[in-house]
Amino acid sequence: MRETSLVIKGGRVIDATGARPADVVIDGGRIAAVGPDLSADRVLDAGGCVVAPGLVDLHAHLRQPGLEEAETVETGSRAAALGGFTAVVAMPNTTPAVDSAAVVREVQELGRTALCQVAPAGTITVGRAGTQLAPLAEMAELGVRLFTDDGRGVQDTRLMRRAMEYTTGLPQQVVLAQHCEDEGLAAGGHMHEGEWSSRLGIAGQPAEAEELMVMRDISLARLTGARIHLQHLSTGGSVAMVRAARADRVAVTAEVTPHHLTLTAERCASYDPVFKVNPPLRTDADVAALRAGLADGTVDAIATDHAPHTAEAKEQPFDQAPPGMLGLETALVLALECSGLPLEAVLAHLSWQPAAIAGLAPEHGGPVAEGGAAHLCVIDPEAGWVVDPGASASRSRNSPFAGRPVTGKVRHTVLAGEPVVVDGEAQR
Amino acid sequence: MAPLRHLLSIEDLGGAAGIEEVLRLTDSFVEVSERAIPRVPALRGKTVASLFYEDSTRTRLSFEAAAKRLSADTMSFSVSSSSVKKGESLRDTALTIEAMGVDAIVVRHSSSGAPQRVASWVGASVVNAGDGWHEHPTQALLDLYTIRQRLGGLDGRHIAVVGDVKHSRVARSDVLAFTALGATVTLVAPGTLLPPDLTGWPVETSHDLDAVLPNVDVVYLLRMQRERMTEALVPSLREYTARFGLTVRRAGRLADGAIVMHPGPMNRGVEIAPEVADLPASTIVDQVRNGVAVRMAVLYLLLGAGTDRVPTTDALALDPEEPLRRPAEVDA
Ligand SMILES: [Zn+2]
Repeated sequence: MRETSLVIKGGRVIDATGARPADVVIDGGRIAAVGPDLSADRVLDAGGCVVAPGLVDLHAHLRQPGLEEAETVETGSRAAALGGFTAVVAMPNTTPAVDSAAVVREVQELGRTALCQVAPAGTITVGRAGTQLAPLAEMAELGVRLFTDDGRGVQDTRLMRRAMEYTTGLPQQVVLAQHCEDEGLAAGGHMHEGEWSSRLGIAGQPAEAEELMVMRDISLARLTGARIHLQHLSTGGSVAMVRAARADRVAVTAEVTPHHLTLTAERCASYDPVFKVNPPLRTDADVAALRAGLADGTVDAIATDHAPHTAEAKEQPFDQAPPGMLGLETALVLALECSGLPLEAVLAHLSWQPAAIAGLAPEHGGPVAEGGAAHLCVIDPEAGWVVDPGASASRSRNSPFAGRPVTGKVRHTVLAGEPVVVDGEAQR
Repeated sequence: MAPLRHLLSIEDLGGAAGIEEVLRLTDSFVEVSERAIPRVPALRGKTVASLFYEDSTRTRLSFEAAAKRLSADTMSFSVSSSSVKKGESLRDTALTIEAMGVDAIVVRHSSSGAPQRVASWVGASVVNAGDGWHEHPTQALLDLYTIRQRLGGLDGRHIAVVGDVKHSRVARSDVLAFTALGATVTLVAPGTLLPPDLTGWPVETSHDLDAVLPNVDVVYLLRMQRERMTEALVPSLREYTARFGLTVRRAGRLADGAIVMHPGPMNRGVEIAPEVADLPASTIVDQVRNGVAVRMAVLYLLLGAGTDRVPTTDALALDPEEPLRRPAEVDA
């Protein structure tokens, strides 16, 4: 029996090729037609809305396997779909870590029934221990395109050079992504080192702990010719170095998170670990530099660093609680509000640019055109709502934006032709 | 001053007026402490719990003595004797203690901000008895009281705070308290032991103790912990003492009438020479003695004070449950 066809009706289509009013007909998981006055078996109303390629998150912690009390692939992917994402790159700092073909397959298997595509990232080193290269080629063969020891940076400079040299020789185009943090300098720091850490009596990690590794990895990328991606940049100094490196044609891309675009270290004055994150919330000047980096194209992507933690884990003193914040359901709206960019540019940073970095293009992030994959989101830019972590689809509640009034909402999300979110409700 | 709900930071007292109020109340309780039976009924029926995640017998006993002299019931929880070792969250522990019906919780924790978190979860009043590197407000209040006793007041005085300011909750509370009452503060330490960013701190800094000493009314020595050496913050305790210890020679540079303070426990021979600790200029014993009266004032402000904040005659009267054992001359 033939699948029901679907039309997304009355919206304005925005993709990498531009914007135009159009209906979109989906049949058999792909886009069958784009144009005026189309019809199909089922109608999804998009009046007053924007129809765009589904969002792609380069940086989500889905916690499975190992920390299922905080999140699972199912619950995390539901949160992602509600946030307009049709694909997420799942960070490999699970238990066990995604450092072998077996664990890659396990996460891929969990992803088959998820509400968005789940692309597992692999680790760079075995067990994220930073001493021995993980089987990068074996994981690449299974489809892994992004490798990272996220949560830690690879500290050993020589080993990082080896990783870069090795990946340039792989048949697949892959990218090494780095959580930039010099552990010697950051050691013991729980927030940004500066005025507020000094006042609050909390050990800080200086901006330089991130910047030293950004500087090192740019040098190594120049040396080896490898493609690198710098994760969750948080300082003005980091953005300046990436800008200079790109002008110098080094193959480096970069992401920033919604929380680093909106919040500063001052929020830690409540001592509530919901504001504890790594890299830490920084200064107003850093926030301004990140926004400028987005505006001038230095920063390619907005990535969530969605990091669920149980209530008990966050009900400890600041220095004992783990770092991390929820992000999937609030990323788009915060990016709209705080990046200072028009919707078209926000979508570039949340959809087609990250899709290209993750090796998911053009299936994800590709133009909304006949024959394209039907991974789409429909956004109502005018809808107002209030962030309520209690209503989150995540298993965890650690959002620093609780109670914040925001404007702009994901109305529908379509994954391979299936409406997984309709009128803001997950369909399964 | 608005009613005081918690004492987590010196800033909760709302500046000079609030601090002066605590000091005035302390005067009353010093008088009570000097009685043969140093006990008043001010907090009869109230329960004060101490929740100590860090060993500090001195501070805990001082708070418990203060509560008992106010006729409050006391309960004591420490890490070793409760479930906190079993991985119970701070919130669960706080709620468990509150469920026992306490009116105030005195919290000591090695993590900065732990008392703030407890205060956000419970209905009881919370007193910070020292949190991480952050604050130790009752220590600062007893320091203020001691300086006022010795020097008459803080206004216009110059105070050097010497040593490991970076990791010191005492220093953070003292700087806020001393400057609120009009003193000038100079932090004296090697670069490794100063906070990395002093934006907003109304202080001067110096790396030269010899140069600072002749100009100060108070030299406040912080405890130098041995573990700071293994963290490469100073090359050796010997070198620290040579540059920042109050040796006999250095004490000779102090102006006449200047006093020497220390929050205890002292490392004699490291930050302070044994001979200097025993000089009449040293206030270390006074500080401990004033600690109980200051903590009585704080507990009274939180739990016993009416709207006018002045202790009623009843509150400061002799404990009515004591009459049989009351010596005849006590009322004098
Ligand atoms: Zn990271």
